[in-house]
Amino acid sequence: MPKDNSLKKVLVIGSGPIIIGQAAEFDYSGSQALRALREEGIETVLINSNPATIMTDKEMADKVYLEPLTVEFVKKIIVKERPDAVLPTLGGQTGLNLALQIEREGFLTQQGVKLLGVNLNTIEQAEDRQMFKELMIELGEPVPESKTVSNLKSALDFKEEVGLPLIIRPAFTLGGTGGGIAHTEEEFERIVKSGLDNSPITQCLIEKSIAGFKEVEYEIIRDAKDNCIVVCNMENLDPVGVHTGDSIVVAPSQTLSDKDHQMLRDCSLKIIRALKIQGGCNVQLALDPHSFQYYVIEVNPRVSRSSALASKATGYPIAQIATKIAIGYSMDEIMNPITKNTYACFEPTLDYVVTKIPRWPFDKFHSADRSLGTQMKATGEVMGIGRTFEDSLLKCVRGLEIKRCHLELEPNKNFSTEELLEKIIHPTDERIFEVSELIRRDISIHDIYDRTKIDLWFLQKIKNIIDLEKQISTSKLTAEFVQRLKIMGFSDEYLSKKLDLTEIEWRDKRNQLGVHAKFKMVDTCAAEFESHTPYYYSTFEDENELEKPEQETVLVLGSGPIRIGQGVEFDYATVHAIKAIKELGMRAIVINNNPETVSTDFNTSDALYFEAVTFEDVMNIIDYEKPKGVICQFGGQTAINLIDILDKAGVNIIGTGYESTDKAENRDRFEKALKDLEIAQPIGTTVSSLEEAVKVATELNYPLMLRPSYVIGGQAMQIVYEQSELEEYINFAMEVWPGQPVLMDRYMIGLEVEVDAICDGEDVFIPGIMEHIERSGIHSGDSFAVYPPQTVSEKVKEDLVKTTIKIARDFKVKGLINIQFIIKKEKVYVLEVNPRSSRTVPFLSKVTEIPMAKIATKAILGKSLKSQGYPTGIQAEGKLISIKAPVFSFSKLRNVDSALGPEMKSTGEAMGRDTSMQKALNKAFKAAGIDFPRYGTILATIADKHKDETLEMIKRFHECGFNFMATKGTAKLLRENSIPVKEVEKIGRSNRDLLDEIKDGNVNIIINTISRGKNVESDGFKIRRAAVENGVVCMTSLDTTWALLKAIEINSLGTIAL
Amino acid sequence: MSKLYLYLENGDYYRGESFGHKPESPRLSELVFNTSMYGYQEIISDPSYCDQAIVMTYPLIGNYGVNQDDSESITPHLNAFITREYCDHPSNFRSRQNLSQYLETHKIIGIHQIDTRKLTKIIRTQGTLKCVISSNEMTESELSDFFSTPYETNQIEKVSIKTISHFPALGGKRIVLVDFGYKKNILESLLKRGCDVIVVPFDTSFEKIAEFNPKGIVLSNGPGDPKSIEKVLPTIRKLQESFPMFSICMGHQIFALANGADTIKMKFGHRGGNHPVHDLERDKVFITAQNHGYCVREDSLGATDLEVTQVNLNDKTIEGLKHKTLPAYSVQYHPEASPGPNDTKYLFDQFIESLSEDQYAQR
Repeated sequence: MPKDNSLKKVLVIGSGPIIIGQAAEFDYSGSQALRALREEGIETVLINSNPATIMTDKEMADKVYLEPLTVEFVKKIIVKERPDAVLPTLGGQTGLNLALQIEREGFLTQQGVKLLGVNLNTIEQAEDRQMFKELMIELGEPVPESKTVSNLKSALDFKEEVGLPLIIRPAFTLGGTGGGIAHTEEEFERIVKSGLDNSPITQCLIEKSIAGFKEVEYEIIRDAKDNCIVVCNMENLDPVGVHTGDSIVVAPSQTLSDKDHQMLRDCSLKIIRALKIQGGCNVQLALDPHSFQYYVIEVNPRVSRSSALASKATGYPIAQIATKIAIGYSMDEIMNPITKNTYACFEPTLDYVVTKIPRWPFDKFHSADRSLGTQMKATGEVMGIGRTFEDSLLKCVRGLEIKRCHLELEPNKNFSTEELLEKIIHPTDERIFEVSELIRRDISIHDIYDRTKIDLWFLQKIKNIIDLEKQISTSKLTAEFVQRLKIMGFSDEYLSKKLDLTEIEWRDKRNQLGVHAKFKMVDTCAAEFESHTPYYYSTFEDENELEKPEQETVLVLGSGPIRIGQGVEFDYATVHAIKAIKELGMRAIVINNNPETVSTDFNTSDALYFEAVTFEDVMNIIDYEKPKGVICQFGGQTAINLIDILDKAGVNIIGTGYESTDKAENRDRFEKALKDLEIAQPIGTTVSSLEEAVKVATELNYPLMLRPSYVIGGQAMQIVYEQSELEEYINFAMEVWPGQPVLMDRYMIGLEVEVDAICDGEDVFIPGIMEHIERSGIHSGDSFAVYPPQTVSEKVKEDLVKTTIKIARDFKVKGLINIQFIIKKEKVYVLEVNPRSSRTVPFLSKVTEIPMAKIATKAILGKSLKSQGYPTGIQAEGKLISIKAPVFSFSKLRNVDSALGPEMKSTGEAMGRDTSMQKALNKAFKAAGIDFPRYGTILATIADKHKDETLEMIKRFHECGFNFMATKGTAKLLRENSIPVKEVEKIGRSNRDLLDEIKDGNVNIIINTISRGKNVESDGFKIRRAAVENGVVCMTSLDTTWALLKAIEINSLGTIAL
Repeated sequence: MSKLYLYLENGDYYRGESFGHKPESPRLSELVFNTSMYGYQEIISDPSYCDQAIVMTYPLIGNYGVNQDDSESITPHLNAFITREYCDHPSNFRSRQNLSQYLETHKIIGIHQIDTRKLTKIIRTQGTLKCVISSNEMTESELSDFFSTPYETNQIEKVSIKTISHFPALGGKRIVLVDFGYKKNILESLLKRGCDVIVVPFDTSFEKIAEFNPKGIVLSNGPGDPKSIEKVLPTIRKLQESFPMFSICMGHQIFALANGADTIKMKFGHRGGNHPVHDLERDKVFITAQNHGYCVREDSLGATDLEVTQVNLNDKTIEGLKHKTLPAYSVQYHPEASPGPNDTKYLFDQFIESLSEDQYAQR
């Protein structure tokens, strides 16, 4: 079936800001879709509110709308653009839900717009639990037995019928509050009672527990001719019970026989055919490890995180093919884009093993509940490709950037074996390390299996690693033994530590032994056909497949897994650097290990090395490729951290190098540099001991801003107000970052401003200045940022420009630089200098239409800023006002405080742009998913020090039509100012307190500025968590609240009575 | 773990580690690769691999052990099995022994710790080649002796059953399965559909087969070159004149030869579970399991009564034929799967259903 020629213009819906469960994978799939449509000569229109993505680049589509992903805006764009069709299956659940809503309203039919790739019925059948269950029964495919109950008796009856263990899922509670798995009669009764209590409609779903089953996923594609293929199957190392996004996943499945595999394959194909999906689909299945019994867990009728992983794991670009199918093609008409000489209608076969390990944010959120269950908690993931499972696993471990280069976690050594055996029963992010430690202590893998249900095959493989590890100290380091260690994935970093050598020394020794990495290709077909796509991974075997053309080559370091503080923004910059290198006629090669991203799309670079971004892996590539140099400034802290050692190893770093980076990051050097330049900075110093800290504190005076050196995203940054807090912090820092000094600054309250600039060594070009809505004290990544600045005077702007130019030149920056300022009483202070690409580069590039990363790349490769048309100075400000809004994922993480502070907590960003500040704010809030009410009740819990400041704000909220609820103190203040208020009890002071009001849905907005800090028992914390769990807008910064008020005001009637 | 040496006819040599059977004396094999990620037990026990050495492209083999149900023949005829890494700690609820034990029992050489991707690429670029596996290093003259020995062509004779066996099913349609080296699942596929099956040696006469009064004939898969058994072609011609006939793999090639077409040796054949076949009549693509080193020449069909029903989507080789007038058709791939996808199992249903209509009564 050829292309549907009636499609001239297609609207693609993106997935919006990055949140846990919906990350960069949709930038990858969306970019592929847009490219695939363009190839067919179809005009493309995109809506996506996330400025940090490649897909929202102007050149990606004919029209890019950086607008909120809401029904209102999608409809507006459809009316304006009149596309022939909407493609919603590449924008995650967000895209699908939006399409579903407008289709249900009949809007698409009314507008004569087709829905591509999926239909309403399919989405409903796949997503509605009951309809899905009915479909499975009709197909004869097993689903876990379940029953909806509204009293204990029917629950007990069902238990008699199917037996324990059972899962209890209360209806309509967020995050499964009150539910759980019951293994005993007592547990069952208790959980059912609590579940019924917690459910607002007194209803629970009781489901047969299949925890402990093998979890297997199938990624499949179907076209309109009913051709169906399985692109990849994947087996989770963690059995059913842990969300697949939080599981360690392996492709292809390892412990399934052909009979097992074909049975599940048949089932998956049957389901996609019944759902009549035209495009990609994911089927999750549970298989009993002791029989052929299986259950269908879930179906996603769209491309997903798993399909991005499957695409990278196999080389088969699912999103691209799904797009071609959506516009009419059948798979036998589409060429396999990787081999370029076979067809897309076949099933990829692998000749390597792929492992994925999720990247969790628990290094940021120390208080978070680390247990893994049905709610996904990871922000990103890494993938490792190897010819042995052990290699692929260890590549992931060292690529996670959690300061581990091996299956070893120091703190585990302090636990007794009994404690560890107890710990592994409850899965957490550290379970794989606990299991390794137990194996190291010679605990049998059968005992571990009994507790974890991790398949013995995987446990044996971990044992292989430990067994080999034990041989290191007793074996002679022959070439053969080292070869064995390397093919089993042992990192140079680990081996050098074990052998008491520096990594560079060990590397030389290994090279002398003749043990070198080799590169093999990912080709979808296990070498059966010749492939023409340079997509490589390393291994330690005989043959090296690398074909290096005679062309000047530049290596770009990627940014690794997505985590809080280092998101898709850095992939954006990496991709731009690659594009710029190509535009200069050079060969751009990239190393990265994040399967979700555009940078690891084999179409992006001239050669893709899917490897952990570590010294060893970078050097392996350099040895063969002999690039002109390496660019480190776009890959976030991941790449910056390698500058030192790469420099020592004699690698040519193109652009800002070790000297400048160290000058900015080494506190003493930095302070001195600013002093020499006569640039003001908050008073501060570095300390290396508690005594020193206490002494310095008395000199600087509280409050103080504390942070460890060399971190990104304000990790572990904290404001302390008294000595006890200081002591607690210093002790913690000394333990977690031993040997690293702590920076102590006086906490300066003022306006925060941020500048990104480009420097070629001589000229410094500044595209624009961004002003933060929140005063200093809230991490820049969690602040609303406004371009152009609204409250900064011309004089200050001039100072900012001058200071930026001065610093960029003095620091000998070649490439991008980001400077954070505080402005207090019209004076400019420098807070931080980052001589690299920053989080705001994509936002600023988009709103100023200056492709900063590209210009910077060209500048460092020798094309001066002047010759590119960007002389020293600042670009004239644009007329539109653009606001970057932070987006959080608190609902996915229990026990995390949503109060904002110097430590970054947001997972993504969205943007609002319009002709006035208020309009832009309105869009920014909407784009960030803050669905603010226009009227209703505000619960105000305000710290005393903020009360005066709040009063004016509350009056204006009142004028918009809001009512108030407050505890005693605040209530009194409001009454005194003639604002009606309902007084509520503080937590625990009465049968009914303010938490009940939140739970019962009587509160629409919460303003909360009380009891910040790490204490999870504080009232402030409880209120903020209640807000998160009940989906209530909660403002913890007064500055943000003012902004929200402005957005609400523009939506309210705004008439004035006579 | 002791060493094994793998010598290729092109002069390359590899050193790997032994598992399974350790050869007492060097053994000559034909080297082929298979791209299936699953189903090594079925592959090893498929008689079509008689006298060959298989390189598995998937690097980890032995993961789920060997069970009692999945062998495609009682006695495997494979010479050697080559993998990147052999797994001696299988994990699967049906596993009864590890792969090494199984290979040892059946005197099949196992060799691992080999760069199998490199080997695969050699076969892809240079074509199927001969190899020798030995426990000791071999001299050039020893090797040249081996490689100058002509490769045997009597594989079908070796693997075909020697006596007729009957798998009765009361009231079932009787099928005669002509054995060129049949995979158990072809028999099972017929039995599962209620057929009464008689398996006969490949050189059984027409008269003998007719005596059983079958409703249909199935020509099985088998090893080697179809032209090595040209003596059976007259029997096949008579059979198709008298009974509906469905042919698989080697059966398909013999069916073609019997109708005057020609076969040719492919550069490196098709072996794997992911081969797309375009069914021209349905205009649909099926994913199939394949294992063949020869194929029917399209340019030889002109003067025959055969027409092409299916082609390989990638290299356009013939994957299905049917007789223009007689109820006889064939496929090059394996609809019985095992290992591989079940997408084309419907062919058995279709064949068996067609047998109820008495097509010969009308003639």
